[in-house]
Amino acid sequence: MTGPVITTSGLTKRFGRVVAVDHVDLEIPAGVRFGLLGPNGSGKTTLVRMLLGLVHATSGSATVLGEPMPRRAAVVLPQVGALVEGPAAWGHLSGRTNLRLLDAAGPGGRRRDRRRRVDDALDRVGLGGIDRRPVKAYSLGMRQRLGIAAALLRAPRLLLLDEPTNGLDPRGIHEMRDLLVTLNETGTTVVLSSHLLTEVEALCTRVGIMDAGRLVLADDLDALRAPTGRIRVRTPAPDAALALLDGRVEGRADDVLTVRGDDPAELNALLVGAGVPVTAIDREQRTLEEVVLGVTGSGSDRFEGHR
Amino acid sequence: MIGTELVLMLRRRRVWLCWALLCLLPTVVAVLLATTRLAPPPGRGGAFLSAVLSDGQLFPAAALALVLPVFLPITVAIVSGDAVAGEAAAGTLRYLLVRPVGRFRLLFAKLVSVAAFTLLAVLLVTVTSYVVGVIAFGFGPGAELGGGGIASLSGATLTPLQLAGRTAGTVGYLALCMLTLGAVGILFSTLTDSPLAAALGVLAVVVTSAALQPLDAAEAVRTFLPTQHWLAWIDLFRDPPLLDAVRTGIEVQLGWILVAFGAAWANFTTKDVTS
Repeated sequence: MTGPVITTSGLTKRFGRVVAVDHVDLEIPAGVRFGLLGPNGSGKTTLVRMLLGLVHATSGSATVLGEPMPRRAAVVLPQVGALVEGPAAWGHLSGRTNLRLLDAAGPGGRRRDRRRRVDDALDRVGLGGIDRRPVKAYSLGMRQRLGIAAALLRAPRLLLLDEPTNGLDPRGIHEMRDLLVTLNETGTTVVLSSHLLTEVEALCTRVGIMDAGRLVLADDLDALRAPTGRIRVRTPAPDAALALLDGRVEGRADDVLTVRGDDPAELNALLVGAGVPVTAIDREQRTLEEVVLGVTGSGSDRFEGHR
Repeated sequence: MIGTELVLMLRRRRVWLCWALLCLLPTVVAVLLATTRLAPPPGRGGAFLSAVLSDGQLFPAAALALVLPVFLPITVAIVSGDAVAGEAAAGTLRYLLVRPVGRFRLLFAKLVSVAAFTLLAVLLVTVTSYVVGVIAFGFGPGAELGGGGIASLSGATLTPLQLAGRTAGTVGYLALCMLTLGAVGILFSTLTDSPLAAALGVLAVVVTSAALQPLDAAEAVRTFLPTQHWLAWIDLFRDPPLLDAVRTGIEVQLGWILVAFGAAWANFTTKDVTS
């Protein structure tokens, strides 16, 4: 499939007087790893819930995998794996039984292959050797892995993951990242929402940023992190460099200079040729954090008094 | 989904505990009666209790009359109130819906599982109380093992086959009465994310109905009260059985189930699942 995997136009959700999602026009192309960023309460989860047909839009429309949602949910959802606002399972049953029951609950797939499907999904998330302990005895990280296994159970074409690395330790986060990249390379479109910038920066190829219910920005990560047209130079002799580059230097912090220019090689040759030692030199890039802070407000979990 | 639902129900400890407690109450009564031989005089105390001393085979009927007013409704309220609200509270509701399980299918599976619960509850009480009754009180005079007759409420004797048939009818009738509460419980369960609130709502319905029942002022609505027909099954133990009250009872219960389940579906199908 080549067209967009998800399209929304004017998608809006009001809960009473609160506008949770406000006229979102989003397009997610097939095959990308899309990161949905935004402060807490910016509408990420409600947007994901609308895409899954759990919450009905107040106005606007959404198309997932080429079909309108929620009208064609029965066709769309079997091809979608989801993790919505944390994992959930029947606590009195084992992880394996949970997956087996979930598999049996919905359409598709032969009963004969169920055991294999469940084992595959558990293997992928590193729970292949799990015993018969009930889920209520699982650690947070194990529950998270089980939730991701449930999302992978039906070999989906689209993965919608809300905070997929919640509760995982650094090794677990790394494994999940590898898993998602592998799945993406075999053709699964991955959409994840997170408020962890580093997570999205390390994993995603395209990001959307939400703030107060609006989609304020959606672009390729590379475009967002485009060079700023400045070069950062570290040198043990900053004063000599300053004298040499007078006029081009825009800032100085101890032994690091920020210099206007696009070509570090040229600058390096110039400095070294003049006898100024250079210990580090690189293009300055905007970090995702700067991008996000630039376009979002303080988030809805912060309520400051007006005095 | 129905299979999943039944497995989920049968593997819950709470469900087995409910069943165990339901069977325990009649057993306690049987032990007390058998050791003291002090049955309440005919016409007082629970239905059939005065007759069980002479024939243990009537004890299932007495046992059902014991658990019917309070115990059985409580267990049905707990299980049905948990139906949707429990999944919502645990967060599994959203994963079932995106699996996807259609919202109607989900509700219907819940109704089937509640029906299975009530039927098994009534059946278990009947079977255990039959065994307990026969052990505690033995067979009645003139009734040898597997043969002979049992006195019906009208005085005539019933053959064991007739008794079995009428007991089966009672089991089915009471399961249906309880399913009414189950359907109401599922309705409440779609209105809240708290299983406890839904269960208490069901009990509120039972109490309200029982409170209105004796009021002359409630004459006009009496037929439609869910608890009004709960004791109609006693007529099945007359000879010949009186079916009028039972028939009205079945109609009223089916009406309640249809209305409650329809309302549950109407509410659930347009509901935003934010749990």
